[in-house]
Amino acid sequence: MNINVSIPTAFRRHTEGVANYSASAASLPELLDALSQRFPELKPHLRDDEGRVRRFLNIYVNDEDIRFLGDDYRFSDGDEVTLVPSIAGG
Amino acid sequence: MSASLHYQLRCRECKTEWGNQPISFCQNCFAPLEVTYDLEEIGNKISKDEIARRSPNLWRYKELLPLPENHDESLPVGFTPLVEARHLGSHCGSKSLYIKNDSVCFPTLSFKDRVVAVALAQARNFGFEVVSCSSTGNLANAVAAQAARGGFRACVFIPADLEPAKILGTNIYGAQIVRIDGNYDQVNRLCSQIADKHRWGFVNVNLRPYYAEGSKTVGYEIAEQLGWRLPDNVVVPMAGGSLITKIHKAFRELIQLGLVEEKNVKFFGAQATGCSPISSAVKAGRNEIQPQKPSTIARSLAIGNPADGFYAAKMISGSGGWAEDASDPEIVEGIALLAETEGIFTETAGGVTVGAARKLYQQGRIKPEQTTVLCITGNRLKTTDALAGRFNTSEPIPPKLAAFEEYLERELEPAQAAGAAR
Repeated sequence: MNINVSIPTAFRRHTEGVANYSASAASLPELLDALSQRFPELKPHLRDDEGRVRRFLNIYVNDEDIRFLGDDYRFSDGDEVTLVPSIAGG
Repeated sequence: MSASLHYQLRCRECKTEWGNQPISFCQNCFAPLEVTYDLEEIGNKISKDEIARRSPNLWRYKELLPLPENHDESLPVGFTPLVEARHLGSHCGSKSLYIKNDSVCFPTLSFKDRVVAVALAQARNFGFEVVSCSSTGNLANAVAAQAARGGFRACVFIPADLEPAKILGTNIYGAQIVRIDGNYDQVNRLCSQIADKHRWGFVNVNLRPYYAEGSKTVGYEIAEQLGWRLPDNVVVPMAGGSLITKIHKAFRELIQLGLVEEKNVKFFGAQATGCSPISSAVKAGRNEIQPQKPSTIARSLAIGNPADGFYAAKMISGSGGWAEDASDPEIVEGIALLAETEGIFTETAGGVTVGAARKLYQQGRIKPEQTTVLCITGNRLKTTDALAGRFNTSEPIPPKLAAFEEYLERELEPAQAAGAAR
């Protein structure tokens, strides 16, 4: 599956300035693995030591928070994935 | 810390210091930033007497707020009444109950006036010309009003289906309103993306660490109005979870400054049953938040993915407090009960607070003899639609005494009629 990932400005210091990345992944764990491999400096900011998605990182798939899609969500070709720091609002 | 300022931003997790700039999360680890203060220096500048000499508004605590030099103090925001609530107290089984009544906060009748006052002081400091926010209504009102007075352009983002009174109450100040076809959490995500691209001052995105500090003034005022002592319990409505954590921070600062005696205040959070990600976490004994899709008449609290949910749940549990939620009918009953017992007519969020507090007394989690403060954060005029159909319009009667006597016989209890005839 080809997934388009949007990377916010603050994260780009860990991605050599890359703002949009096209990854091949079928699931969220695969996507995080692919991002970690391509951008090693980003890796510690995606998951904690126990492998969970970082508390202050929200991940959206085509405008939906991935947590609403279920743990076994499988990507579809062309899915738009957006990484957004969670600290806003209220 | 810089020589001139006694505050700066620091990461809540990795503790990296970031000076003062319009950012809300750590640029290293993406965790939230928090304003920290040089409390020792502040302690040399303020005292109870000094504060008492100042005008009754939130600027009286200016040393404890992240304000730039030469900020404008001309708008008297805050210092709302703390009202002893004897009748509501006896109804709930409390001997010492108070209402912190931000439904009359100046200028737009909600506690959001406080946070916006601080945020716009920093927006000017950072040179923003456009100020903005994602809002469930009250914040949009506050941003629009204070931007109008401050000479900013305001552009606010709201879910399209907000209460009409909250939309009108933003329109009137000349603000640009962008209605989003989605819920608040979707509006919020969009604003994060816009703030990442455009140089606008989003009070609850890139100015959020400063903005959130304004909520501390609720805590300072409660302590001062109780005669510089802390209550045993506070009950606070929760949307993003920021207010309750900032009241806690305010109390801790007052203790550190020696302005009040040390006390472990218990914090109780209130949410709507139809949007209860934080209270669900507290009840389940965890701090991690599972987001929800909100469905409640308490629109001002309808945040399914609360930014400070983790910290709120952790602080509540750590304080020995608890969290409760109120269903839509219980929210309406809470609004009516507060009005009928204390003459205070609040919005739906206030109904949530009263509804949750009743349960906390029933459960014995709040004891009758303890001093407890309920935070009422918004005004009735904005959510009258929640009460639609509750009251019938009575038939008019002719302007004749005989018609009134007949009305008395018909409508009032005989005993009341006899009393009225005396």
